[in-house]
Amino acid sequence: MIFALIGNQNCGKTTLFNQLTGSNQHVGNFPGVTVERKEGVIKKHPDMIVVDLPGIYSLSPYTSEEVVTRDFLLKDKPDGIINIVDATNIERNLYLSLQLMELNIPMVLALNMMDEVRANNGSIDIRQLSEELGVPCVPISASKNEGIHELIHKARDIAKEKIPPRRQDFCRGPVHKAIHALAHLIEDHAEAIGVPPRFAATKLVEGDEPTINALKINENEKDIIGHVVKEMETELGTDREAALADMRYEFIEGVCKKAVHKAEQTREQARSIKLDRILTHKIWSIPIFLGIMFTIFWLTFGVIGSTLSDWFAEGISWFTAVVDGWLTAGGVNATIHSLIIDGIFAGVGSVLSFLPIIVVLFFFLSLLEDSGYMARVAFIMDKLLRKIGLSGRSFVPMLIGFGCSVPAIMATRTLASERDRRMTILLTPFMSCSAKLPIYAVFTMAFFKENQAFVMIGLYVFGILMGILSGLLFKKTLFRGEPVPFVMELPAYRLPSAKNVTLHMWEKAKDFIKKAFTIIFIATLVIWFLQSFDFRFNLVSDSSTSMLAAIGRFLSPIFAPLGFADWRASTALITGLTAKEAVVSTFGVLFGVTQAELPAALGQIFTPLAALSFLAFTLLYTPCVAAINAARQELGSWKATAGLIVYQLVIAWIAAFAVYHIGLLFV
Amino acid sequence: MTLDDLHMGKSGVILTVGGEGALRRRLLDMGLTPKTHVFVRKVAPLGDPIEVCLRGYELTLRKDDARKIEVCPEEDAQ
Repeated sequence: MIFALIGNQNCGKTTLFNQLTGSNQHVGNFPGVTVERKEGVIKKHPDMIVVDLPGIYSLSPYTSEEVVTRDFLLKDKPDGIINIVDATNIERNLYLSLQLMELNIPMVLALNMMDEVRANNGSIDIRQLSEELGVPCVPISASKNEGIHELIHKARDIAKEKIPPRRQDFCRGPVHKAIHALAHLIEDHAEAIGVPPRFAATKLVEGDEPTINALKINENEKDIIGHVVKEMETELGTDREAALADMRYEFIEGVCKKAVHKAEQTREQARSIKLDRILTHKIWSIPIFLGIMFTIFWLTFGVIGSTLSDWFAEGISWFTAVVDGWLTAGGVNATIHSLIIDGIFAGVGSVLSFLPIIVVLFFFLSLLEDSGYMARVAFIMDKLLRKIGLSGRSFVPMLIGFGCSVPAIMATRTLASERDRRMTILLTPFMSCSAKLPIYAVFTMAFFKENQAFVMIGLYVFGILMGILSGLLFKKTLFRGEPVPFVMELPAYRLPSAKNVTLHMWEKAKDFIKKAFTIIFIATLVIWFLQSFDFRFNLVSDSSTSMLAAIGRFLSPIFAPLGFADWRASTALITGLTAKEAVVSTFGVLFGVTQAELPAALGQIFTPLAALSFLAFTLLYTPCVAAINAARQELGSWKATAGLIVYQLVIAWIAAFAVYHIGLLFV
Repeated sequence: MTLDDLHMGKSGVILTVGGEGALRRRLLDMGLTPKTHVFVRKVAPLGDPIEVCLRGYELTLRKDDARKIEVCPEEDAQ
């Protein structure tokens, strides 16, 4: 039996999903969109599968989240719906419930946060509510694991007995008349495509384009529909969309009057308002936000991340040394030896070094998200990002991009709209990641000793600028059309649950490791192979005779207009694909010099202006395989990812070209 | 007057909801329907968006979008 778990955002849906399934979850995307699809088996009920659908407020046809949910319900036809409702905010939550009931799928309503309602001396008459709505209601507290058993059993019962919602008529007067007239008219059409006539009729009254198209309605019928709707609108003195929203809310108000007795404001809400006096304060909110982000960065990349990374690195190098010893002692073939040590161990090592950072960063990010603070960040920062067609929610992923693009791209998952998610993924790599810092350091040391800080800051600003320009470009091209409106709930602050935070961290780590040992691993092996062999497949002793060097030589004319035609530069850029730190080490290997001698060696092949052009290229060109892979995973398509890579290469080339040639005018 | 003209700390009753397409539908779906009481809680530090309280919860929306909503200030309504 398959159950769909549906509810508004911030109603505790993820918590309930985690309680139902434990760590038994599969996370992926719906095909073709970046909308997350999670499913899992309910604990102790191996025959019950629950699919966690995106958090939505309505079944309107405007966002991909809503469309995905509609399609899932209409086409996959789950055996039951578990509709989770925030009982402290029941009015707005029931708005979605009414629309779900029209689908004629067995449904149970999980009234979450009942503990909070009770703690505030409120009460909800469960029997009366079930009666009025015509679906069984179960009071639960997902965070305290209360009522979950009963919910599971109720869900199983209604699905087994196939009991659809008893009530679908919430309307009175003109709306009622219109819906019923249309339900009769299009009954055959609806049944032919397997959609409940009542749902189809409501959608027709609302003027829902996808439904009109799917039903294959002829011109004659279209006229009748137009006539019926017109009549309703004249009688009510309002238009079709407002009429239906109004009808639903009016019905809900009636139900709540009878069954719900709750405080005007819960303690949690009052506490949130107090907290917001500081956290969204006119003057203090921005410094506080920057302070929080700085602390997270410092802890992640400075204290915890680097300590863990060092342990990791030490462990790996110890293990590498041990294996190296065995291989040498055993007299193993030199090629195999190099494959294991320089290929596998180096590759896996460089990938695993990301892991502590990802885990730690997502620990903090889930705290921000689950506590409700992330919504405030969007509120504070919205105005800044609006000009490039994004909302305030994209601010945090972009900021993380300065640390590492991989978790930054992974963090876009919490954005509420698919359009924003895609666009943020495309723009994040323009925020110069920390792995590029060693490249900047070596080059500025070699060429701009007096202005080192100035050049470095300039690079960061240049990256941001290119990001803004790209944003403006994307807004006008790829993401033309109406953005999802920024009309967002500011949920009450809540203490994040340890279980949710742990599961979230685990999920991200698992995701990353799985990919690390497939795509990223293969990519590093390919680079190793090219680096270690010549075209006759002999192991090279001099790195300048390897296949990689040959490819570098072959590609170097492309970079000649940018001022650096030397094959070593293009080779270093290629190895930079595995990890940006590799650019510096490749130069070292190719020149055969130590890190300390490197600045002098670089002087042989770069003029200061060419160095600047090279830095601009490094800043903007394709990020490392780990980031590309994260982008592919979140975008859910190779085509879009390839587009991203090409775009970045082109932008990097043009920018470096501009830097070099404008510079030539002054030198 | 429209919702964006309503000062911080003031409340009003919604008269009509304008706009079109996704925006309008979203406003209606979030409960901004005629006759609903709204209270303007706050304006964001950079002057936009605003935070309003309605139907017992907090909602944020941009001033441009709030401009589509006609309200009647509460004092006059009573």
